[in-house]
Formats: sequence, structure tokens, C-alpha cells
Amino acid sequence: MLELLQRLFGRDEADKSKNVAKERLRLVLVQDRCSISPHILEALKEDMIGVISKYLEIDEKGLEVNFNNEDNCLALVASIPIVRMKRTYNENK
Amino acid sequence: MGEVIVITSGKGGVGKTTTVANIGTGLAKEGYSVVLVDTDIGLRNLDVVLGLENRIVYDIVDVANGHCRLKQALIRDKRLESLYLLPAAQTKDKTAVTEEQMKELCQKLKEDFDYVIIDCPAGIEQGFKNAIAGADRAVVVTTPEVAAVRDADRVIGLLEAAGLNEPDLIINRLRPDMVKQGNMMDIDDIIDILAVDLLGVVPEDEMIVISTNKGEPAVLDSRSNAGEAYRNIAKRITGEDIPIMLLEANEGIMALFKRLIGRKK
Ligand SMILES: Nc1ncnc2c1ncn2[C@@H]1O[C@H](COP(=O)(O)OP(=O)(O)OP(=O)(O)O)[C@@H](O)[C@H]1O
Ligand SMILES: [Mg+2]
Repeated sequence: MLELLQRLFGRDEADKSKNVAKERLRLVLVQDRCSISPHILEALKEDMIGVISKYLEIDEKGLEVNFNNEDNCLALVASIPIVRMKRTYNENK
Repeated sequence: MGEVIVITSGKGGVGKTTTVANIGTGLAKEGYSVVLVDTDIGLRNLDVVLGLENRIVYDIVDVANGHCRLKQALIRDKRLESLYLLPAAQTKDKTAVTEEQMKELCQKLKEDFDYVIIDCPAGIEQGFKNAIAGADRAVVVTTPEVAAVRDADRVIGLLEAAGLNEPDLIINRLRPDMVKQGNMMDIDDIIDILAVDLLGVVPEDEMIVISTNKGEPAVLDSRSNAGEAYRNIAKRITGEDIPIMLLEANEGIMALFKRLIGRKK
């Protein structure tokens, strides 16, 4: 019933150009807001090193954190070389 | 002590100058003393929108460099006696004034006026930095388009970085008919994305073109929809609690029906 009304009274939601506009804006702003402040990425890296180092011994110099925009989906991609696992963690203490 | 408000946008041509002229005229009509400052050096426009282009003797660069006294450069409006314009220079470039000079100028102006309203040039370079240097408060103008909202977002970030926190937003050139068809982002969409407070919504209105032709701000025309929106914005700036002009009135029966069956989003 509702579908019928929708067809009668308007186009499909996804077709509406305002929804296309909104989605494009959303994506472009995520990127803009990140690229405005590289120092945020730097701060994020540091915090990540802090947290991960509690559990693993990592190669801090080899750590890479980037934003990746594929398939209309923005992702935070981190590559973190592990030097060794910490014993305390293995022991399950 | 008055308040210095900068009207800015990032993107060009979205209606900053129109907004400054109308808000300023609206505030003066409410009885406040107002000075409008055109900082778009090299691209002087505000004088024309106000119909004062023939009265300019000195400009903002003359004042900043001490070539004349501040009072000598202020031009009184034709219609309202509490409204003044400090024009931009037309033959210099945007570096002819410094941020320090702008701060000093704003400080002096707000001793004498209730409202100092600054028309900012497009862009985010030195002209923008000068325009915001002495401001107490910022208003960002956008249109319901991807590029304009994107630039507004950038400008909001820069304003906040400069200590002008929580700028207000004006959405200009909204077309209720297109919003209704789902072919234009509506108020909620834009506010949602930018996460700022809304100061007002100005509809697309051919009276703006007509009034600009004549050099008489639309806010003085009681038949203009955009003028009505600007009258409300001026009142909101003074602290009056006026609800945002709702567009449902023009939306028609179809939209009402959709709303009734809960198909709003
Ligand atoms: N609500 C409106 N309805 C119709 N036309 C409008 C409206 N607002 C602005 N305009 C028109 O849009 C044009 C640009 O407006 P305006 O000069 O105020 O923009 P601006 O942001 O100051 O531009 P610039 O960045 O070049 O300084 C003008 O021709 C003006 O008449
Ligand atoms: Mg302008």
C-alpha cells in the first residue's frame, strides 16, 4: 500500500537528486575534514601505538595509517609490523 | 560597545553582499546604529547594492593607512540615518590592509555603532583572514548545493580555528518547489551535515535582482519573500526569538499528504 502511494506521489528515494547530493557531500566532507588536519592523523597514530604496544611489540617506524576511499566507503587502513608477541599476553594473565 | 559580525562563505556568489546589505538595512530600520564594512578590496560591490556608489570619496585603505579620518570615509545611507557604509578600495589589492589594521578599525567602529557588519570576500586567503580578524561573531552563508555546503564546512573549520566558535548559518536561494520534488537539499539535510545553528533561510526571489538593480535592499520591500526572511534574520540577531519561516505553506497538498502518512524521510 505504502509502496503504491510512493509510486503515485513521488519517485523512489534513491532517485531523488537531493539524496545523491547528500551522499556525495557526506563522502567529500569526511575526506575534507581529515585532510584539513594532518596532525589529527599523527595524533591518532600515536594513540594507536600506545594502545597496541600494551599487547604487542611493534615496529613503530614501519607503522602506516591512511584513509582509503574505495567503493564509496571510507576506511581507516593501518599496517602495523609486529616484532614479537608479548609473553604476558601469551600467558593469558 | 557594539558587536562586530562577519558574513562569510568560502564559495563566491552565494549571497554575502546581498545578506550584508539586507541585514544591515533591517537592523537600522529596527532603530540600531549600523555600519557596513566592505572588505572585498578590488571588487567593490556593497556600495552598488545599497545605491551609494556615487557618494564615495575615501575608502577602507585610506582609513587604514591614515590618509583620512575614519569619520570622513563613512557614507550615510540615503534612506536610513543610522546606517553607514565604509566602502572597499577598488584599485588596490587584498593585501593593502593588514589583520592588525582591521582589528583596530573594528575596535574603533564598535565604540560608535551597535552593529558592525563585515562583508567578506570569497575565498580563504588573506582577504578572508583580514575580514574575520576583528569579528566577535561569524555568520556563514551557503546555498543548497554540494559545492557551497562543502566550502561552508571548510570555512566553519577555519573560523573555529581562529577562535570564532559556533558560527551561525544562513541558507540562501532555497527553492521550496525543488525541495518538495526532492531535487534540492532541504534545511534539515544541511544543518545535519554542518552541525551549526541556523540563523535563517532566504528563498530564491526575483525581487532580489530587481532591488539590486535599483540599489534598494529587498528588506525594505514588504512584498518580497526574501525581504521578509531578512527582516526576521535581523530581529534574530538582536536576540528576538522568531521561528524560522516555514516552507510548508507553499508545499501544497501532496506534501501534506505524504507527511500525514509518515513518509517524511
Ligand atoms: N535569495 C536570492 N534570490 C535571487 N537572487 C539572489 C539571492 N541572493 C543573491 N542573489 C543574486 O546572486 C548574485 C550574487 O550575490 P552576492 O553578490 O550577494 O554574492 P556574494 O557572495 O557577495 O558574491 P562574491 O563572492 O562575488 O562577493 C547577485 O546577482 C544577487 O542578486
Ligand atoms: Mg560580495
